[in-house]
Amino acid sequence: MQGPGNFDLSRRDVLKLGVAATAAPLVAQSAQATADSPVVQSVTLNMNGKIHALQLDTRTTLLDAVREHLQLTGSKKGCDHGQCGACTMLVDGRRINSCLTLAVMHQGQKVTTIEGLGTPGKMHPMQTAFVKHDGFQCGYCTPGQICSAVAVLREIQQGIPSHVSAALDAKMQATPEEIRERMSGNICRCGAYSNIVEAITEVAQNPVKVSA
Amino acid sequence: MRPFSYEKAPTASAAAAAAARNPDAKFIAGGTNLLDLMKLEIERPAHLIDVNGTGLDKLETSPDGGLRIGALVRNTDLAADMRVRREYPLLSRALLAGASGQLRNKATTAGNLLQRTRCPYFYDTNQACNKRDPGSGCSALQGFSRQLAVIGSSDACIATHPSDMAIAMRALDATVETALADGTTRKIPIADFHTLPGNTPHIENTLQKGELITAVTLPKPVGGKQLYHKVRDRSSYAFALVSVGLIVQPDGGGRVAVGGIAHKPWRVEAAEAELPRGAKAVTARLLEGARPTRDNEFKLTLVERTLEVVLSEARSAG
Repeated sequence: MQGPGNFDLSRRDVLKLGVAATAAPLVAQSAQATADSPVVQSVTLNMNGKIHALQLDTRTTLLDAVREHLQLTGSKKGCDHGQCGACTMLVDGRRINSCLTLAVMHQGQKVTTIEGLGTPGKMHPMQTAFVKHDGFQCGYCTPGQICSAVAVLREIQQGIPSHVSAALDAKMQATPEEIRERMSGNICRCGAYSNIVEAITEVAQNPVKVSA
Repeated sequence: MRPFSYEKAPTASAAAAAAARNPDAKFIAGGTNLLDLMKLEIERPAHLIDVNGTGLDKLETSPDGGLRIGALVRNTDLAADMRVRREYPLLSRALLAGASGQLRNKATTAGNLLQRTRCPYFYDTNQACNKRDPGSGCSALQGFSRQLAVIGSSDACIATHPSDMAIAMRALDATVETALADGTTRKIPIADFHTLPGNTPHIENTLQKGELITAVTLPKPVGGKQLYHKVRDRSSYAFALVSVGLIVQPDGGGRVAVGGIAHKPWRVEAAEAELPRGAKAVTARLLEGARPTRDNEFKLTLVERTLEVVLSEARSAG
């Protein structure tokens, strides 16, 4: 028995062993090519600028590939059905729900997660603003909120209208009303919404800093 | 999720041919509805044909002055296209009223038309549902039916079609273009595309097995004032209780299509003749033969009031 912080097995390793144990009989079956056999394919993912070659069950979502195979655990699994936004990533610069897409469908595309936006030592301006304005409580939805927020400001800059835009062909503004509507796909059950809007508003007012 | 094999089709005809070879195959484009349903094992394809590489992602002005929208054009891009914003604003407004920014970035034009109902009894695999499991019955009929259909329904199914975009497409007289495995193509008017449930609620449209949508076309712009008003339980990111798409011309004539009340976008051309006489007269014709449940009879009043809101908005817009 070793002391705390020095376990041979992390909680994640234990979970992986559990998955491997349950997956083993399925892999054995796959040689028989039954209708219920998993199908494994090669996938190359461009994650935060690094290329990763993976062998994945075709069922693997982009979210599960990133969290369970690449160990990038910033992106979170909330509902796993596209309703909460905790898994939001940027694919070729556009925000999507990574739980509702398959990893095999993203060969060659540039995927950015919270780990690719900033680091503790060099935070993205949106991360800095979320910290400054206390745009979270438990933090579980925060990586998805921040990825989504970065894309929201880009969508406004590109002139993409929203449900609350008064005129469809006018210049789009990052008003609190627009930010609330555009962020409605990111749920925060702690209810940090008002601080999230303040954080995004601050970054919107300093557009020079918006990057990635 | 059940295991499946996966291929990426290079062209529309290759995709249709692949579907003919694999009877248990499904096409996947955005995947936002299909993968959701596959996780719940409501959809169980043995093979997925990814059509994202088929090049059907163009938005073009057609020779007759209309618009040809490739099947893969994403909801965000369709809503933001300047021709759509200026000449078919009803379509932009309907798209922007639906889903979330993340989903609109992924969801496609064809997939939006083909999305399945959000009836809670369809989603709950412990409940009887003739749409999910033909012949098993309909738990919704005796269940909580507040969100469900009030017209065009049957004793087998009271599900609604969930799309906002389809309401605009119906009012704009869109046409669905398809490709079949034998190399032929079809053009299906949107009015003939979605079906009523009858005794076969598992059939939701007139596509043949393996038939691939390649584009949705719009006739040349009809002008007028175009408005979309969606009533829902929260102000964003929720399906409609009732939605109204309206096109009204300077002479008072126009078109009305209603969402959230039926198994397909609900439009009754005869009711549109009543537009100069106001919302009450239109609604009376539009909802003739309605058969609401005790839970959702409020929708009959809500349709009239929502139509009155958009009609008065159209008048005040000058």
